[in-house]
Amino acid sequence: MNNIESFILSTLSATVRAGTPLLFAVLGTIFTERSGVMNLGLEGFMLIGAIGGFVASYQTSSLLAAILVAMLAGAILGLVHAFFTVTLRVNQIVSGLAITMLGTGLSGLWGKDYIGVIARRFEPIKIPVLSEIPYVGQILFSHDLLVYISFIMVPLMWVFIYKTRPGLTLRAVGESPDTADAKGINVFAVRYFYTILGGSITAIGGAYLSLAYNSMWIENMTAGRGWIAIALVLFATWDPAKALIGAYLFGGITALGLRLQAVGAHISPDFLKMLPYLLTIAVLFFTSTDTLKRKVGAPASLGVPYSREERT
Amino acid sequence: MRKIFLFISVLLIAAALMAAPLKVAFIYVAPVGDGGWSTMHNEGRLHLERVFGDQVVTDFIESVPEGAEAEAVFRGYAQRGYDLIFGTSFGYMDSMVKVSQAFPDSTFMHCSGYMTTDNLGTYFGRMYEPRFLSGLIAGAMTKTNIIGYVAAYPIPEVIRGINAFAMGVQYVNPEAKVHVVWSNTWFDPAREKEAAESLLDVGADLITQHQDSPAPQQAAEDRGALSIGYNSDMSAFAPNAFLAAPVWNWGPFYEYVVRNVIEGTWTNEQYWGGIKDGVVDIFVSDLVPDGVAKLVMSMREAIVQGLLHPFDGPVYDQTGALRYAEGEKPTDAELLSMDWFVDNVVGKIQ
Repeated sequence: MNNIESFILSTLSATVRAGTPLLFAVLGTIFTERSGVMNLGLEGFMLIGAIGGFVASYQTSSLLAAILVAMLAGAILGLVHAFFTVTLRVNQIVSGLAITMLGTGLSGLWGKDYIGVIARRFEPIKIPVLSEIPYVGQILFSHDLLVYISFIMVPLMWVFIYKTRPGLTLRAVGESPDTADAKGINVFAVRYFYTILGGSITAIGGAYLSLAYNSMWIENMTAGRGWIAIALVLFATWDPAKALIGAYLFGGITALGLRLQAVGAHISPDFLKMLPYLLTIAVLFFTSTDTLKRKVGAPASLGVPYSREERT
Repeated sequence: MRKIFLFISVLLIAAALMAAPLKVAFIYVAPVGDGGWSTMHNEGRLHLERVFGDQVVTDFIESVPEGAEAEAVFRGYAQRGYDLIFGTSFGYMDSMVKVSQAFPDSTFMHCSGYMTTDNLGTYFGRMYEPRFLSGLIAGAMTKTNIIGYVAAYPIPEVIRGINAFAMGVQYVNPEAKVHVVWSNTWFDPAREKEAAESLLDVGADLITQHQDSPAPQQAAEDRGALSIGYNSDMSAFAPNAFLAAPVWNWGPFYEYVVRNVIEGTWTNEQYWGGIKDGVVDIFVSDLVPDGVAKLVMSMREAIVQGLLHPFDGPVYDQTGALRYAEGEKPTDAELLSMDWFVDNVVGKIQ
């Protein structure tokens, strides 16, 4: 019995670890998309965050600097995305895909000299008292600092979006930019701000891979997590609390799949690896119509560039 | 004036042709700095420059994806008159077959493939030999008798490595089991690390890998376990865990190919070199106790002398069936198509 208990505990603990990079990416993108700017460039944001954070940690040995540089790199990419989608009003899907390619290429170029070296990284910190709680302590409170930050971010973001005035402004801009504009809100400024902020938080998700999971940089090391995170934003219906559930669900599938193999259980890793994508397709299917989109809470103006002149 | 220019250019071209060095190109699937597979091939390229000096000119392109894009790269080198072109990833096979037929004047060498044409040969290393030796170390060093093996994909090359490793473990420690987890990836360090974590969670105290990134080594280091790497010395990533690694050493082989091409003795052979040819070897770190290191070195010598084969019978598979009886061993064809696990492996070929 003891074996089964430790198997479950270690699987759940690994679930949190595997879910965290996804969680940051989803939370950041919820901010961006809540303002009405669609972002499909997550893979690019995560990669630029991964290399930015790694380089800063390698050069300065400061983890604070590492996270700040990762966020700055994500913010710059967010600025590019905002410039194209908000100011130039180009197709947001096209801009997002371009950001993916830009981020992938830039991170590869930037990372050339950083392959095969190690940098200072986020070590697990057991939180006193809390980590002593049976079961819960091992699952939730034996991780690194970034995991704890993600724990705190989820309720904070939820309260911010649903219960505060700036949150209301954000939602108003995403739902009905015309009305928001009429009320004197600067729609462009709001969209710029949240696209940049969202990009910088998404970048932390990438930095988690190069600075917490491992301490290394390898080209394309996000390995498709950005795409899973895009689907998770839909799955979460732009709600930070559901983002947590989605990210851990996907993290859990990874953790469980590998652990079942380790004990020699007969389960196809191909099948398990496919599961997240099956779920993604299911979610996409169920959110594909406009009425449903409204029902599940997608910002009404998502993907639609805003122009004052075209206001009716 | 123009005539003088023409004359000088003709002279220059003639001079260049007389001393024409052999133009050698390498196509890598990953960045040269990947610290693993491609780095080791690039070391081989640098070896050529050191050995042949002005006689060769080398060039390379890194991070070339397998598929249509690769074909354009091979074609490009052939069009620019490269005499000898190495492709170092299995997935280049179709491109190389096609381009080699279109450019009969260039010589092509494909690493890990099995198709040849008149001017396309293949080459690979008997990595199972050093894998067996690293298994000896693992079997001697494990205390829990659970050894974790993080493996990329269930293809014969990887399965052969796992089996050879398990044969080494068995040789010194019949009690120990090798637990295999498939990561199903070549380039997702987070997933590779999680795979290693899952093995450590079920009691493994030694982790080895058939992955290019050092992520599984870091997992072992974090948990105070031991590790055996792959490709190259990975001790920087796991200073307290890293015991050894089966490594590639392409220099001598590339030298042999270039010499054959220069002397006109090249043939489209399917080369499969072992420790005695210098293509593969084992790297042993200082963390391995002297006694174990001595055993490994004497077994290495036995392999080089041909006195020992990692798959010398009796070899049983997971079902308990006898695959090779006492005195038997697999043929190269059987090794190249291996699709079963030996009896001390825990895991399934999917």
